[in-house]
Amino acid sequence: MKHNITLKINGQSVSAEVDSRMLLVHFIREHLSMTGTHIGCDTSNCGACTVLLNGKSVKSCTYLAVRADGAEITTIEGLSPEGTNHPIQQAFHDQHGLHCGFCTPGMILRTVDLLKHNPNPTESEIRWGISGNLCRCTGYNNIVKAIQQAAKEMAKEKQPAV
Amino acid sequence: MIPANFTYHRANSLKEAISLVESLGEEAKFMSGGHSLLPMMKLRFATPEHIVDISKIEGLSFIREEGDLLKIGGLTTQSEMEYSELIRRNYPIFLDAIKLTADPSVRNVGTIGGNIAHGDAANDQPALMLAMRATIIAEGPNGRKSIPIDEFFHGFYMTALEPADVLVEIHVPKAKKGCGGAYYKMERKVGDYATAGVAVYVQLDGNGTCSEAGIGLTNVSAVPMRVDRAEDLLRGKKITPDLIDQAGALAAEDCEPTSDLRGSEAYKRSLVHTLTKRMLNKALERAGQ
Ligand SMILES: Cc1cc2nc3c(=O)[nH]c(=O)nc-3n(C[C@H](O)[C@H](O)[C@H](O)COP(=O)(O)OP(=O)(O)OC[C@H]3O[C@@H](n4cnc5c(N)ncnc54)[C@H](O)[C@@H]3O)c2cc1C
Ligand code: FES
Ligand code: FES
Repeated sequence: MKHNITLKINGQSVSAEVDSRMLLVHFIREHLSMTGTHIGCDTSNCGACTVLLNGKSVKSCTYLAVRADGAEITTIEGLSPEGTNHPIQQAFHDQHGLHCGFCTPGMILRTVDLLKHNPNPTESEIRWGISGNLCRCTGYNNIVKAIQQAAKEMAKEKQPAV
Repeated sequence: MIPANFTYHRANSLKEAISLVESLGEEAKFMSGGHSLLPMMKLRFATPEHIVDISKIEGLSFIREEGDLLKIGGLTTQSEMEYSELIRRNYPIFLDAIKLTADPSVRNVGTIGGNIAHGDAANDQPALMLAMRATIIAEGPNGRKSIPIDEFFHGFYMTALEPADVLVEIHVPKAKKGCGGAYYKMERKVGDYATAGVAVYVQLDGNGTCSEAGIGLTNVSAVPMRVDRAEDLLRGKKITPDLIDQAGALAAEDCEPTSDLRGSEAYKRSLVHTLTKRMLNKALERAGQ
């Protein structure tokens, strides 16, 4: 069965007709042609498909597109204005928090949610916080460093200017 | 992987959800978080013809104390539990379990009600519910009913819920002086189901006698189970290290694990023994605080 859905993706409103069984990740990649959201395991284990759904990190391979009707979604394409880096993106760049980059969009969006709830996480809290996102390359150490840098930078931004 | 064809329906109210499933019949299933159901549908282990989405129904997501009870709405997500000030302050047993359940993104979507309604002994919440002697409140075509947790789990993926019953609330005892709970599960890696898990809940009276004890187990039986003999042993006594060891031994004897990729039967029994002791100690420590 087909359903008409309207949602906001990276600030832009889109309307589309989707099948009941279409997965959100396929909607984003194939219907909207936004391929920054990856498919790794396709079984809700690896986190490569993580997007923000109403501000919360969600594995889009395990979410029906039709259920996102009315939602606001952020993918890696929309995290910062074209040509600029979000502090988390910059930190992954600075700290070499990626090698092949396959896990990176998911890691970064997961980090947004993590730092929202815990702006100053310990190393252990960071590791637990990204425990649903697998990286086959880095060994995680540089990802942890990147998240620590991002937390510091984002805390500075929040402080009133002296 | 995409699931087999089905028709999606969005319920905007509890009434609508119940009447939809009632009219669509046996091949209709509720979906709340969908994080147990959708993976099964993708693997074609489940092929419902109709999905009734209950996640948008308002008013079923809450955590509040009322009288002697903590009431949790069926649609409360596991993350909402994790971030709740009330849970953080007074109900550490839930934090113990939720931190070891799946991963943060799964918990953002998966609900407490779904975790119980799924009727899977591998899920973590059933053991807690058994230990705390929860009451499940369901609403169906004939109105509301209360189901004591001991009558809730019927078999593998089978519960006391009729097809058109929505799990709307969970009631557990409100935290009070002298009570304590703890949970731990052994897992091979983050996001894995338990090799074995143990939930303990104790209530001590004014002079330190154990007036109530609950012990629930995860993934060591086909149906979520409590360990009555170990509970009976503790009730009415001052708890000593010796009693704790005996309770652990009884739990290990009474559980019904099978050998699989997560470990042999003997290993799982040994885990249950050790974890029961540890969780009893932890729950007693918390009860004394
Ligand atoms: C990668 C991964 C790892 C996981 N690891 C763990 C783990 O370690 N421990 C653990 O406990 N869980 C784990 N889970 C399961 C997760 O916690 C689920 O979200 C949860 O068990 C089910 O909740 P749900 O809201 O997603 O339910 P759904 O998937 O929506 O539903 C599950 C079943 O319950 C029924 N149902 C759901 N809600 C209701 C209701 N309110 N009333 C009546 N029937 C209802 C549905 O019809 C369905 O049959 C994991 C899931 C994933 C994807
Ligand atoms: S592709 Fe969704 S979690 Fe791996
Ligand atoms: S950088 Fe290659 S998977 Fe993480």
